[in-house]
Amino acid sequence: MTVNSHANSSTDEQIVMAHGGGGESTRRLLAEHVFPKLRNELLDPLTDSAVLNVPPGRICLTTDAFVVQPLEFPGGDIGTLAVCGTVNDLAVMGATPKALSLALIIEQGLPLTTLDRIVDSIAAAARQAGVVIATGDTKVVEHGRGDGMTITTAGIGIMRDDVQIAADRIQPGDVVIVTGRIAEHGLAVMSAREHLAFDSELTSDVAPLGGLIERLCSDGGDIKFMRDPTRSGLAGVLADLAETTGLTIEIDEDVIPISPTAWHAAELLGIDPLTVANEGKCVVVVSAEDAERALAACRRHPLGKRAAIIGRVFHRDPALVELITRAGGRRIIQRPYGEELPRIC
Amino acid sequence: MEICGTHTVSLLRSGVKSLLGDVLRLISGPGCPVCVTSQGYIDAACELAARQEVTICTYGDMVRVPGSHGSLEQLKARGADVMVIYCPRDAVHYAAARSDRKVVFLAIGFETTAPATAAAIIEAERMGLENFHVLTAHKLVIPAVSALLSGGDVAIDGLLCPGHVSTVIGADAYRPVVDKWKMPCVIAGFEPLNMLVGIAELVEQAVTGRADVANVYGVAVSPAGNRVAQGLLSRVFAPAPAVWRAIGTIDDSGLELRPQYARFDARAELDVQIGPDHEPPGCMCGQVIQGKVAPSACSLFATACTPVKPVGPCMVSSEGTCAAWYKYGSSITKAQVGPQ
Repeated sequence: MTVNSHANSSTDEQIVMAHGGGGESTRRLLAEHVFPKLRNELLDPLTDSAVLNVPPGRICLTTDAFVVQPLEFPGGDIGTLAVCGTVNDLAVMGATPKALSLALIIEQGLPLTTLDRIVDSIAAAARQAGVVIATGDTKVVEHGRGDGMTITTAGIGIMRDDVQIAADRIQPGDVVIVTGRIAEHGLAVMSAREHLAFDSELTSDVAPLGGLIERLCSDGGDIKFMRDPTRSGLAGVLADLAETTGLTIEIDEDVIPISPTAWHAAELLGIDPLTVANEGKCVVVVSAEDAERALAACRRHPLGKRAAIIGRVFHRDPALVELITRAGGRRIIQRPYGEELPRIC
Repeated sequence: MEICGTHTVSLLRSGVKSLLGDVLRLISGPGCPVCVTSQGYIDAACELAARQEVTICTYGDMVRVPGSHGSLEQLKARGADVMVIYCPRDAVHYAAARSDRKVVFLAIGFETTAPATAAAIIEAERMGLENFHVLTAHKLVIPAVSALLSGGDVAIDGLLCPGHVSTVIGADAYRPVVDKWKMPCVIAGFEPLNMLVGIAELVEQAVTGRADVANVYGVAVSPAGNRVAQGLLSRVFAPAPAVWRAIGTIDDSGLELRPQYARFDARAELDVQIGPDHEPPGCMCGQVIQGKVAPSACSLFATACTPVKPVGPCMVSSEGTCAAWYKYGSSITKAQVGPQ
C-alpha cells in the first residue's frame, strides 16, 4: 500500500526511478501513458516477446539507437525519429516494414507531458508507416545519466521478391536520384539546440519512406540501390558508394534539391549541406534507361515531388565523388570527419 | 593572394579555383583565425579546460586543434566542460546562469569576431558578472599583411581582401598598403561571381601596372567601415603586440583589454600563462599561412596529417588551407596526394 500511494503521487509530474523498477509504478506508467496509444494485437497480450506470423521468404532485420538533442525539434521528436529511422532502414533494403521493438531509456525527471507527446509521435509515425510496435521495454536511469530519453529499436520487414538492392549492381552509366530537398533535418535540429543563436523556419523532413519506396519499386523500373542519407548526409552515402563500387560518381550542384532557407542556413553556419543529415529522403541508383521512369514514380508520391536526377556513375581513376559546382568548376566530395561544427566567421 | 580563409574555402568549394587552371596562381594568406593562433595559446586553453571549475566556451573550429598534450576535444572526452557556441553572448548568458562555474570564452579571430567579443564584455560588465573571462588572441589584418609584404619572401601581384573583415574596417583601411607597396588591393565577397569580379579587377590592375583599392563588395563594405563595431573595439581593446603562429610577434597586430576591463582577462584573473610558440615536428602550417608553400609541399599533408588525425591547425580549421585542399581539392590534386 505504501508503494502504491508513493506511485500515485510520483506519477503526477515527472519520471522517477520507481517507474523503471518493474513494479506497480512501472505497470501504471505503461498502462496510463504508453499502451493505450500503441495498442495492437501483438503488443496487447503483454507477453515477454511478441509472436509474429510471417509469410515464407526472406525477413529483413535492423536495429537503431536514437540520442537526438533536443528531444523535440521543429517537425518532429525523438519518437518520430525512432519509428521513421527504423522503418526507413528496412524500406531502402527493399523490405516492407512490418513490426518494431521499442526500448525507452528515460532519465529521472523527464516531465510526463513530454513522455506523452513522444509516445503520441511514436503512435502517429507507426500508423503512417503501417507498422506495429510489437514489443518493448522501459528503463529509468538516474538524473544526469540519460539525456532526457534515449530510444533503441529493432525492426523487421518482409523482403520484396521483385527488387534486388545491392551496391555491386551499380555500373558506369547509371544515374543517381535524390527524392527531395536535402539537409533539412540536421539544420532544423541544430536550430533548436541551445547555445546556437540561430532561428529559422526550417523543419525536419523526418518521415517514413515505405510508401514512396513501394511506389518506386512497383513503377520505377529496376532499382539497383537505395539508401537514406541520414548522418553524414548525401556526401556520406555517395562517398560510401564510390568506395564500395570503385566507381566515380559525378553530381551536379545546380540540380541538387535544396530550399533557399536550408542553403543560406548552411552557409551561415559554415556547414556543407551535402554533409547534413536527412530523415525522409532516399538516394536511388537506377540504369539510365530507367531514370525517367523512376523519377516519375517518385514524383507521383507526396514525399517525392521534388525528386531529381543529380548525377551519374563513371568508370574513372581514382574513384571519387566529384561535384560540378554552380560556377561550373569541380571539387571532390568526401564524407565529413564527424560532427560538423559551426565555423568562426 | 587571398588573405582570408573563407576566400580560400569558397574558391575551392565553388570550383572557381579549378576553373582558373594554371592561368592564375592563388596563394592562401594568413587569414584563417585558428591557423594563426599560437600553439602556446592552444596549450593555455587546454590548461584552463582541464580545471574542474572552468567551462570553456569556444567557436567550433578550435575544438580539434591539437595542443602539445592533446586537444579540447580529447579533454572534453575525459570530462572537461567544453561548449561550442556561435556567439560570445551565449557564453555571457551561460555565465550568468551558472555562477558556480568560471566561464572562459576563447576570443580568437580578426576584426570580424573581435567586436562581438567586445560587446559580450560590455554586457558582462553591465550584468556585473564575476565569473566570465576571455582568453584573448584577437588579431588585426592590416598589420599582418604589412609584415608579410615587408618580409618580401612571397611574390604577390595583388591582394584579394577579406569581405567580412572589411565590413568592419572599411575599404579605406587598405590605402596604406597600396601607398607603401604599390600593391593592388581588391575587396570581394564570397559568392563565386563576386570573387571572379574581384580577381578580374586584380588582374586588370596588375597587367596595367596600377595599384589601387577597389571594392567589388560594395553591398556590404563601405569606405569607412562599420563605425559601431569600430567604436566597440576601441572602447574595450587597445592595439598590442601579438604572437602569430610560426611568424612570431608583430607589433600592434593584436588586441588587449583596456585596463578598465582587466578583470575579464582570463590570463591575470585565472593565472594562466601563454607559453612560447612552437610547431609540431614536421608541420609546415607556419609556411602555409604565409603563402610560402602550398599544402602539398608538406610531407605530412594527406599522409600523417589528415582531417581525422590532424597535426597542424591548417588541417583542422574549416577555413584552414590544408583542410580546404584536402576536402575540396580537384581529382588531380587528390590523385597526386594519394588516397585518403
